[in-house]
Amino acid sequence: MPLPSLELRDIRKAYGATPVLDGVSLTMEEGEFVAFLGPSGSGKSTLLRIIAGLETLDQGEVLLAGERIDTLPPGDRGVAMVFQHYALYPHMTVRENMAFGLKNAKVPRDEIEARVAEAARVLEIAEQLDKKPNQMSGGQRQRVAIGRAIVKHPKLFLLDEPLSNLDAALRMRTRIELAQLRNRVDAAFIMVTHDQAEAMTLADRIVVMNDRKIQQVGPPMEIYSRPANTFVARFVGSPAMTLLPVTLAEGAGGDYASVTLGDGSVVQTRVPRAGLGTGTLQLGLRPESVRLTADGGSSAKVDLVERLGDRTLLYAHLSDGQAITAEDSGTSAVQVGDTVRLRIDGGSAHLFDADGAGHHAEAQSA
Amino acid sequence: MKAGGTRRDHTGLLFVLPFLTAYIVMLIYPLLRGMALSLQRVDLFGGGRFIGLVNYTRLFADETFLRSILATFALALMIVPLLTVLALALALALNRATKGAAIFRGVFFSSSVLSVTIVTLIWRFVLAPDAGLLGETAQALGAEPIPFLSHPTWSLWALAITTIWWSIGLPMMLFLAGLQQIPGDVYEAAALDRASRWTTLRRVTLPALKRTVVLVIMLQTAAQLQIFGQAQLLTGGGPGGATRTMVLFIFESAFARWELGYATAAAEVLFLLIVLLTLTQYVTTMRGSEGDGGR
Repeated sequence: MPLPSLELRDIRKAYGATPVLDGVSLTMEEGEFVAFLGPSGSGKSTLLRIIAGLETLDQGEVLLAGERIDTLPPGDRGVAMVFQHYALYPHMTVRENMAFGLKNAKVPRDEIEARVAEAARVLEIAEQLDKKPNQMSGGQRQRVAIGRAIVKHPKLFLLDEPLSNLDAALRMRTRIELAQLRNRVDAAFIMVTHDQAEAMTLADRIVVMNDRKIQQVGPPMEIYSRPANTFVARFVGSPAMTLLPVTLAEGAGGDYASVTLGDGSVVQTRVPRAGLGTGTLQLGLRPESVRLTADGGSSAKVDLVERLGDRTLLYAHLSDGQAITAEDSGTSAVQVGDTVRLRIDGGSAHLFDADGAGHHAEAQSA
Repeated sequence: MKAGGTRRDHTGLLFVLPFLTAYIVMLIYPLLRGMALSLQRVDLFGGGRFIGLVNYTRLFADETFLRSILATFALALMIVPLLTVLALALALALNRATKGAAIFRGVFFSSSVLSVTIVTLIWRFVLAPDAGLLGETAQALGAEPIPFLSHPTWSLWALAITTIWWSIGLPMMLFLAGLQQIPGDVYEAAALDRASRWTTLRRVTLPALKRTVVLVIMLQTAAQLQIFGQAQLLTGGGPGGATRTMVLFIFESAFARWELGYATAAAEVLFLLIVLLTLTQYVTTMRGSEGDGGR
C-alpha cells in the first residue's frame, strides 16, 4: 500500500456569501497524476490555489506526505506551481528565473547551478539560459516555467491549465512531454484543466468538479464508461452523451431494465433493474451505441452531418422531437435532411435515475 | 494619379494645421524670440539694441546669478530624491483595493490641486518660528524653535518640505499606475519561491517600476529647477539671497530692474541646463535596459 501523497479533508471556501467549494475531500497516492476537470466556475482553480497556499480556506485541512500544510506559507509547503500565464519574472534571465526560489531557500550556489543545468538539459533550453522571457516564444516560456518548478524538487507539482496558452501543435507536443516528465521526476502531479482530452491522456485519475463539489473521482476510462451522474456523462466525452427521457417497461427483461422511448420503441439494457427507483429515467447513449440499420429501430431525421474521416457523426432527432447523436462509418452517404433508421445498442446504454445518479451495465461494458 | 496624391497631402496638412499653428505661435516663436531678445539690451518700454553676447558674459560674472544656480540645484537635490522615495512608499502602501486606501489616495493627491499661494500660506503657519505650529510645539517641549524662514540652510529645507508636500500627488499616481501594470501571478510565483517582502520589492516590483522611476525623476527635475512661487512667497529669496532660485532671479531682473534682455539670457541658460540634465538622466538610466519591457 503506497503512502498517501496529498490529502484534502472537507475543504470549504466562500467568497463573502458565495460558496465556491463545499466540502471537498480527496486522497492522492504517491507519484499519482490527478487532473481536476470541470467547467469555469466549478471551483477547480480555487482548490489548486488553496493547496498552493495562494488562497486561504475557511474550513478543512490539507496534508502533504502526512504533514499538515494549510497553515504554512506557500514557499514552505513543498509544492511547485506552473502558472497558466507562466508568471516568469520579466527582468530576470531564464537562469535567474529558475534559480530565484533556490536562492531564497539558501541552497548552496553549486547545488543551484547543478539543478538549473540539469533542468535546462531535460527541457532542452540549455541554449536559452541567458535570454530574458520576452525574447522567447510561448512554448519556450512554458518550458522555463516548468523548469522553475522542477529545480525545487517538490513533492507535488501544481499545473494550472498548463497547455491552454499554446497553439494546437505545440499543445500536443507539450502533452507528450508532460507525460515523459512525470515518469522522470519522483513527485505527484495535479493538473487543472477544462480540456477533457488533456485530462484523459495525462491523468491516472480524473477528479470531475462542478457546482463547488467533486462529482466523481476515477481513472479516465471509468469516468468515461461509468459516469456517476448526468453532469459527468454530458461533460466527459465528445460529442456529449445523448440523454433521452424513458419509462421503465414493466415486466419485460427479467433482472435487467427494459425501457420505452418517447416514440414507443423499447430498448433492452444490461443495467440491473434493482435500485433504479420509481421516478422518471433518462437513457444515456454514447454515439457509438447508436448505429444505422436497414430496418427496425427508431426513425430519425438528420439535422447535421460531421465527417471526421475515420467515422461520421449524425446529429438527428427522433419522431418525438428528442435529439440523438449516432455514429456511422467514415464513408457514410447520409445527407442532412435524410430520414434514417437507428438501432440502439441497449447493452452499452446507461440509465440515470430521477436524482441524476448513473446506473451502468454490469462488468461486461465497464 | 499625381493630382489625387497632392490633394491627399493637402488634406493631411489641414488636419494638423490647428495644432501646428498653436504650437508655432505659442512655443516656437517665443522660443526664438527669447533667443533673439537675450542678445539685446532692452527694457519693458521697448526699443532693443543688439549687443551680442554681452548679457551672457555679464551673467557669468554676476555673483547673484551664480548663487541662484547653486540654490536652485541644492533645492532640486533636496526635493527630487526625497519626493521620489516618498511617492513610491506612499504608492506601495496605498496600492490595494480597500476603501481606506482609496480615501488616502485622494487625501494625498488633494494637495496637488491647491494653488502655490495657498500651499505657501499653510506652510507659513506651520513653519513660522514665533507663531507657527512647529515653533509652538518646540516651545511647549522647552526646545528652541528652528528658524525655518531666517536661516540660510533651514530656509532651503522649508522650501523643500513645502514643495514635496505640494507635489507628491502626481508622482504617487504615476507609481500607482506603474504598480497596477505588474501582473498578480508574478507575485504569487514569488510567494511560492519563498521571496521575502524585501526580496519581492527589490527583485520583482522595483525592476518593473524602473521606467516610472526614470519618468518621475525627469519630470520632477525639470519642474523643480523652475521652482519660483514658493521661494517668492515663503522667503522672498532671503535670507541674504540664500533661497533666490533661478526663476526668481529671472523674475527680479525682468520686472524689478526691467532688464528684459538680461533676464531672457538667464532664462536661456536655465532652459539649456534643464534640457542637458533630463537628457543625461534618460540616457544613463535607460542604457542597457532594452528588452526589459515584456514578460
